Amino acid sequence: MSETVLEVRDLRVYHGQLCAVDDVSFVLGEGEILAMIGANGAGKSTLLRTIAGLHQPSAGTISFKGVDLTNLTPNRRVRLGLSLVPEGRRLFSSMTLEENLLVGAYRAKEGPFTIDRIYDLFEWMPSRRKQSVWQLSGGEQQAVAIGRALVANPQVLLLDELSLGLAPIVIERIYALVPEIVSQGVSILIVEQDVAQGVAVADCVHCLLEGRTSLVGVPSELTSDQIDRAYFGSDLTQSSQQEGMGA
Amino acid sequence: MIWINVVIQGVLVGGFYALFACGLSLMFGVMKVINLAHGDMAVVAGYVAVFLTPHLHIAEIWSLLVVVPLFALVGYVLQRTLIQKSIDRDPFTTLLVTFGLSVVIENLLLEFYTANAQTVNVGALGYESWHPGSIFFISYVSLGVLVAAVAVLAVLQLFLSHTGTGRLVRAVADDREAAQLSGANYRHIFGIAAAIAFATVALAGIAYGMQTQFAPTSGGVNLLFAFEAVVIGGIGSLWGTLVGGIALGMAQVFGAHFNPEYQRLAGNVLFLLVLAVRPRGLFGKTTSVS
Repeated sequence: MSETVLEVRDLRVYHGQLCAVDDVSFVLGEGEILAMIGANGAGKSTLLRTIAGLHQPSAGTISFKGVDLTNLTPNRRVRLGLSLVPEGRRLFSSMTLEENLLVGAYRAKEGPFTIDRIYDLFEWMPSRRKQSVWQLSGGEQQAVAIGRALVANPQVLLLDELSLGLAPIVIERIYALVPEIVSQGVSILIVEQDVAQGVAVADCVHCLLEGRTSLVGVPSELTSDQIDRAYFGSDLTQSSQQEGMGA
Repeated sequence: MIWINVVIQGVLVGGFYALFACGLSLMFGVMKVINLAHGDMAVVAGYVAVFLTPHLHIAEIWSLLVVVPLFALVGYVLQRTLIQKSIDRDPFTTLLVTFGLSVVIENLLLEFYTANAQTVNVGALGYESWHPGSIFFISYVSLGVLVAAVAVLAVLQLFLSHTGTGRLVRAVADDREAAQLSGANYRHIFGIAAAIAFATVALAGIAYGMQTQFAPTSGGVNLLFAFEAVVIGGIGSLWGTLVGGIALGMAQVFGAHFNPEYQRLAGNVLFLLVLAVRPRGLFGKTTSVS
């Protein structure tokens, strides 16, 4: 097995009184792709945002190459090599495409991904680099968001709901880049509602249900029935109904 | 000819308002803080120039070389401590805290320096003017302030557009969380924005003292004018602040031309008109990433 870069252990995160992530553990190896799947509200995005440092966990640890991240600010985590492409893209709206990339590159580590390299990956970008980002389509904005995260030269890239609000053909094109990114030694943690997409690219699938791990496995060894049950939680609802009757 | 003079004097006054207001605009744009002590900071800068820099044995006019960097430092420290603490609570707290700061500053100034009016002594320069036509008088000091205002705005614009740190300031203003995810320490960036804001307001305070008299409570009315200039120009636009300041200045001079009592009235009417017709101001932004 490859060297572990990211290790999450017994993580628990609260949103007020709601326990959004409950006792989740996993490891991500170098060059590995882990797909975190689950229904709306399963706690996937919260998990990702906690790893990036935007939420504080109430219990558990997150370590990156053996360094405990728990008390580090998001910007320190970026400089260590952990970048999040946030849900909804969150580009800097007053800036041009190129300025968005320049912000990402300002505190960047040395590495394979320079702005020129991003322009190679997305051939349409150079001619439109002076345009405001709000003039770009959703898929193009998503590409800029990925580029902005990549120029920081992360070792772990966290991708939150890449496919949200995009046409299938655009999603396909964006996912086609994943092997290229991984070939540079980057590990990827993908959060997806679109199960098929997540399962197709991942080395390992981790399913969340109401904040808890409901399934972990290698995609080729999982049946769609298993995934469906872990995703929708039909077993869990049955068992909780039984508990309810017993009480 | 008289109207040309009204325009000229309005532009000169407007330059001062823009210089005074750009820090207010920057702090609101970047950290969404309305600094109610902004005007008092300018007054403090005036007092520092009048009372403390003579100890350094330099002419009062050159006090800005000391006071401006000093205020940048004060701005950074104040932002990283008091103002950041109040931002961490909620936006309303920042209003209360800066209002409290304003009260404290005014009373401390009254306590130490009495209510007597002061001026920053610039010698004979204060009375001299350029005299291009029979009825045109352009005060050298006012012209200097206008030039300084335009220079400050230009430098600020260059800084924000073309330097890495400047881009981070804009990034934090656009989306604080996304900026953090791009490696920006937003607290430090807030500190830098506050340092710039305090440096410009110190310059404005000294400029004010060169043109007229100030007392411990002069901050409030200037804050109001600065606020009007920012809103007229459009929040988030530096050059808009200059245009807003000039529009406000021209309205005031125009009002004063008919009756000195109409000076503030005319400015306030313009302010209300802009709010009613174009609530985002003349250059306010309307677009954003959905």
